[in-house]
Amino acid sequence: MSGHVLLIEDEPNIIEAIGFILSRDGWRVDTHSNGVDAVDVVRAKAPDVVILDVMLPGRSGYDILRDLRNDPVTQTLPILMLTARGQSKDREMAERAGVSRFMTKPFSNAEVLDAVRALKAS
Amino acid sequence: MPRDTLTGSRIRERRISRGMKQADLARKAGISASYLNLIEHNRRRIGGKLLMGIADILGVDATLLTEGAGAALIATLREAALDMPAIPAEQDRVDEFAGRFPGWAQLLADTHTRVAMLERSVETLTDRMTHDPQLAASLHEMLSTVTAIRSAASILAEPGEIEPEWQARFHRNIFEDSGRLTEASRGLVAYLETEGEAASETGTPQEELDHVLEGAGHHVAALETADGDVAAVGDEIGGGLSAAARSLLADWLTRYAADARALPQDDMARAVAELGADSALLAQRFEMDPARIMRRLAALPPDVLSEPVGLAICDASGVLTYRKPLPDFPMPRFGAACPLWPLYRALSRPFVLMSAAVRPLVQVGRDTTVLRSETWAAPRGSLAVNRDPLFEAHMIVRPEKRGRETDEAQEVGVACRICPREACEGRREPSILSGGT
Repeated sequence: MSGHVLLIEDEPNIIEAIGFILSRDGWRVDTHSNGVDAVDVVRAKAPDVVILDVMLPGRSGYDILRDLRNDPVTQTLPILMLTARGQSKDREMAERAGVSRFMTKPFSNAEVLDAVRALKAS
Repeated sequence: MPRDTLTGSRIRERRISRGMKQADLARKAGISASYLNLIEHNRRRIGGKLLMGIADILGVDATLLTEGAGAALIATLREAALDMPAIPAEQDRVDEFAGRFPGWAQLLADTHTRVAMLERSVETLTDRMTHDPQLAASLHEMLSTVTAIRSAASILAEPGEIEPEWQARFHRNIFEDSGRLTEASRGLVAYLETEGEAASETGTPQEELDHVLEGAGHHVAALETADGDVAAVGDEIGGGLSAAARSLLADWLTRYAADARALPQDDMARAVAELGADSALLAQRFEMDPARIMRRLAALPPDVLSEPVGLAICDASGVLTYRKPLPDFPMPRFGAACPLWPLYRALSRPFVLMSAAVRPLVQVGRDTTVLRSETWAAPRGSLAVNRDPLFEAHMIVRPEKRGRETDEAQEVGVACRICPREACEGRREPSILSGGT
């Protein structure tokens, strides 16, 4: 399976590692590190799957997710959210905002790969 | 301004609260409005028959006008009423309430103040636990770095060829991230240690007491003399404590003074120099309650002891009521301690002075020192007919003598939450540490 993934994450070494495993699996990977214009970048790139970190410089991943869900074009876009906060209230907040899948750090490469594949298939 | 010079102000306040014009009150009291004006602005003294008459017209006790209630008390009562707007308290009669029922008014005001303090403590503790930005940021950074290391390490560890350029890049990333992780860990430890130092500001009374005793080094020189004044020492070292913590401190100081009178420091120091910090030998030498011997050992200044001594005391429920930890034998600041501590075994063997080697499990893979523990449990308080005594247990811990270290030492933890021992029948809750023995 292959497709187009947009990885929105501000940690360069996580970007490099996830970018590597996805690319090796045949995915085309674009990356972005800023929360402020992340919504515009998603619209412009039109990926198959978005991987979105919660804590981004400039804007929270939750706010970005809400904006994307309010836009008819990106309303059903598969979005995998990454966060270091694994409390149930964080998960609930993400689910209320319309996340497709929620994953807490530290995660394994295989988990990310499986999640992206599953989201694309859905 | 002295209180009795405010009588005029109180008359004015009372008159206005009743919606009465100055001229009307003056007329009813049989004086001119201008004279009442001077009285109300405290420029003429008032007393005797005129005061009684005005008090009668205003429907208040004359003493309420002359003495009033403390301004602080009135302000606190008003604050209490404003905090609960759903209850229609007669705010216009607060002065009267405080004047007629000063005891109840003070009780209400103190209760309101206490509630406010407790609310602040709850807020602070909740905030610290759930919204501490420093803690959240540190943990987030650590988890992100761990994620990066794990991802890069997995890529390198997986079977299959990786181009040398990528291989070098991931090696470099792991090296950089491990450095970041080290810095983040150090920062977090420094932050938590600072938080621990400030814990007395918002902690429980027991934590406040622990903080004071720690600051005093568990030794009170002023109570080592026969004429030591417990109340004066309490005022000196207990400033800023909550009322509940001051009460705990007073109990502790009273016991300390009694111990010091029964077993003066000089006698204790000479015996320790001869026999060592051995509770059994010292108890035999002085023919004294081992619990008192243990408390006196813990109270000796460091220059008297050749080796450090720790002490834990618990009540019959197992709650630690006193803790003097050692670097090699930490004691939990919050919650319950390890149920394997000989301290708790002592509760089931009262009046038996027991000695056991213990090996504290602090961290996986870290060698720990073997310590010698001595325990003693006995009733606390006076005996009464047909009433079961309440037991209290003491446990002294000190470094094991050289050559006596043994593999038979009982492994004990600090508390379940931070204990690496997995197969343990005493475990109450999962540990946050992974791995174990």
